[in-house]
Amino acid sequence: MPIELHAGLRIGDYTLLEPLHEGGMATLWRVSHAQETFPLLAKLPHVGRGEAVSRVVSFEVERMIMPGLTGPFVPRFVASGETADQPWLVMELILGTTLEPLLAQAPLAAERVAGLGALAALALDDLHRQHVVHLDIKPGNLLLHADAAGDERIVLLDFGLAHHAHLPDLLAEQFDEPMGTAPYMAPEQVLGVRSDPRSDLFALGVTLYYLATGQTPFGAPTSTSGLKRRLYRDPVPPRMVQPAMPRWLQEIILRCLEVDPDNRYPTAAQLAFDLQHPEQVVLSARAERSERGGVIDTTRRWLRGFRLDAEELRARRAQAEPHPPLIVVAIDLKQGDPALDAALLDVTRRLVQTAPGARLACVTVLRTARIGLDSNIDLEGRNRHVKRLLALRHWARPLGLGEHQITFHVLESADVADAIIDYARSNAIDHIVMGARGMTGVRRLLGSVSARVVAEANCTATVVRAARNSPPPVTPRYTTEPTDDPVA
Amino acid sequence: MRSEDTQTPMRIGLLADLHANREAVEACLEALHDAGCTRHVFLGDLVGYGADPAWVVEFVREQVSRGALAVVGNHDAATATGTGGAMHEQADAAIAWTRTQLDRDQLDFLAALPLSVTDEERLYVHANAWAPAEWAYVRNPLAAARSLAATDARLTFCGHVHEPALYHARPGGSGYFAPKPGVPIPLSGARQWLAIPGSCGQPRDHNPAAACAWFDGTTSQLTFLRVPYDHERAAAKIRAAGLPEAFAARLGEGA
Repeated sequence: MPIELHAGLRIGDYTLLEPLHEGGMATLWRVSHAQETFPLLAKLPHVGRGEAVSRVVSFEVERMIMPGLTGPFVPRFVASGETADQPWLVMELILGTTLEPLLAQAPLAAERVAGLGALAALALDDLHRQHVVHLDIKPGNLLLHADAAGDERIVLLDFGLAHHAHLPDLLAEQFDEPMGTAPYMAPEQVLGVRSDPRSDLFALGVTLYYLATGQTPFGAPTSTSGLKRRLYRDPVPPRMVQPAMPRWLQEIILRCLEVDPDNRYPTAAQLAFDLQHPEQVVLSARAERSERGGVIDTTRRWLRGFRLDAEELRARRAQAEPHPPLIVVAIDLKQGDPALDAALLDVTRRLVQTAPGARLACVTVLRTARIGLDSNIDLEGRNRHVKRLLALRHWARPLGLGEHQITFHVLESADVADAIIDYARSNAIDHIVMGARGMTGVRRLLGSVSARVVAEANCTATVVRAARNSPPPVTPRYTTEPTDDPVA
Repeated sequence: MRSEDTQTPMRIGLLADLHANREAVEACLEALHDAGCTRHVFLGDLVGYGADPAWVVEFVREQVSRGALAVVGNHDAATATGTGGAMHEQADAAIAWTRTQLDRDQLDFLAALPLSVTDEERLYVHANAWAPAEWAYVRNPLAAARSLAATDARLTFCGHVHEPALYHARPGGSGYFAPKPGVPIPLSGARQWLAIPGSCGQPRDHNPAAACAWFDGTTSQLTFLRVPYDHERAAAKIRAAGLPEAFAARLGEGA
């Protein structure tokens, strides 16, 4: 028989203090340790007769995966063990509440839904880069935490169904039936595919649908055949449930809910990007959809659904680009060096072409004398802004990218390097490309923007120089440039 | 699994199928030393194919005298007894040559190696747990399940198969996993595992880097490693010794 849990009980070097939550699968306790430097939580799964074998294996999976996870979007693993047949796992206790209570307030405003969705997508992107697919994304596993500075982030909870690409998958080896939470499971997960990070984007899409409309798109089926219905039956378009929802949000949600993972966002970072830039979302037929597919559509897909094969989906995933990058090219619209422009275009083209699914954001920085004073609300400011957007589009035209692959952004900042570095960080950018500024007086006065970006950005940075046969003439200029001299 | 806080640190280096390849053994030992290993286990086939049998046997013998563990492989047994015939012709020829390279003490050391060793929850054996002296391979989940069923040990470490592999017991069989080098794998205490580090001295999975692994007894984590080494030098020695060209060529191909 398992031991009875009570305050004061010792498990390993930890002492149970108070129960925090009694769940269906496990009990959570606050615990203490002699040398603790942050609050601790112990997860103690129910054991004994009557507990499903899959739950026992699920806790085993969590104990295997959690020790290898790092970063701000997962609770820190501390220790795990077994005391008198009671397995336990101790981790950092993170303050906050899950998104589950918010469901009672749904429908939420589109901006709030997009904001929460972007935080969740950024957390998922970090997890996916650690080679882990969560496979149980739902409001109850998304913990909203605010740090000391008041910045919000989402922390992902419960790795009991997760798949780690570099660890044995005990669940896949032992169980044939689909595993997940019925309303949120991706179609391929229903078919038994556990290795596709885009399954988490589907589940996040269900979560956003629920938060934005107050309803789940696929109900809560209890049978495998009921689960399979999502392979061929469209959800009701969310704007039909919630007419106030903007088209861009329906576009994003329905793209997450695509049956074929290849038709969803290729990465969580790209989803986060759209959720953070609603004005840049390209509206397709999804945004306009005003009814579910009819009988013919449904029948066609029902037939095709029978051909959708788990093996094929796995094989396709294995061949796919593992993480199509988000690339930023920072453009100095004032530098006026055709050779450098050509070199920058050339490098950018090669980067985008070699990674199928890559997206490019063209960015320029509009220097403002001081943040908050130069508002672009006035006509002159808006003109400057629009002129730069047009110039960016003109710059990128030779790349010949489709509108789904490219976006344009004018950042306003007193500090060019800061603007680029912040932009890369908050959008989970993979790669910054920028031109090297010539040896001008401005550089001597301000220092090199590219050097700072290379040193401080948290992603890859490429500094492009124009190919030359002889060194460029140096023309020292000692006059002070106007303040809106952008990137270099 | 027991509570993991009360154990003293213990990291065990695992080397299988060294096959008289001094360069590969030295490279793996350095990598295992860097990983903090203080004990070593040699999972058989110290000799055969390679040009440095005396150096490898002498090294392992010295390690064993200081507490390392070693089990016998089919090439070691054939060399010790001088009875070939169990393997293909070229391997037999290498066995005959190897016997000329070892002194009496070294041959006696090979002859005295045990078929298997059990150390706490760990079983070390060259080929498999169900009939170690018959040298059947653990090449698939079926064979792994058979081996796991034949022992009470939670962890089995073996060699013989030259490709790295990790199997875990599950109801009705076993699950296979192709390990990724350098990633620590927590071996959950709730089940049995069978790990094959891969061949140190003669890799055959189209990657010429030497294979080995290390196990952390404190955290119950197993890490597979691939270590680049000077396989051209090892191949040149094989050619200089007059051994079959194929033994030299395959080191560069890892096949």
